[in-house]
Amino acid sequence: MQTRIRIQREDFDLNKEVADLTTDGETGAVSSFTGHVRREGDLSTLTLEHYPHMTEAEITRLVAEAGTRWPLTGVTVIHRVGSLRPGDRIVLVAVASQHRHAAFQACEFLMDYLKTHAPFWKEEARGEQHHWVEHRHSDDDAAKRWES
Amino acid sequence: MNLLYFAWVRQKIGKSEEQLAPPVSDVGALIGHLKNLGPNYADAFADLSRIRVAVNQRHAGLDAKIGPQDEVAFFPPVTGG
Repeated sequence: MQTRIRIQREDFDLNKEVADLTTDGETGAVSSFTGHVRREGDLSTLTLEHYPHMTEAEITRLVAEAGTRWPLTGVTVIHRVGSLRPGDRIVLVAVASQHRHAAFQACEFLMDYLKTHAPFWKEEARGEQHHWVEHRHSDDDAAKRWES
Repeated sequence: MNLLYFAWVRQKIGKSEEQLAPPVSDVGALIGHLKNLGPNYADAFADLSRIRVAVNQRHAGLDAKIGPQDEVAFFPPVTGG
């Protein structure tokens, strides 16, 4: 399984990332999820902070876990940090497999676990007001359903 | 011991990193020690249900054992993705 994990300030190109997952000749399915900054009220910027090294280590562990659950040929996870604006891309999870079922499921699994395990924090700016986004318990519930 | 703070924990304490040699052997005792260092620490650790911990870059609990060579990080529940 080829794994690419990148934490970066720059944007990413979905088409290029998917193309890079399909060069091995055995991949028959790629499922991808792209997260964007929602346009909500007067939100001006969303700043993402992370814990360098642990972020990569944690995502590596999550990808390895996905690899034990489904037969995957490749996984790419890109998460942006720094200052983002409404509409900007934040995160990409793209999963390649020989068949669609594994690709769909592993993509959802990785997003659910990334939301609850990868050490990122979002701070919203609305006018002069800054506040840290609160963790959502519904995200915990989404991750827990993979435990059974 | 290398201590790291992120997001609002960092803001409340007023620094992102520090080296300390506290006489403790688990995370819970470390928090007790830190809360006595000043009102900024007491404020940051006032509600432990809002604090998450990593030891050597792995998620850990308040009962996790720690030693002088360890990296211990404190932060709010994560909000990435």
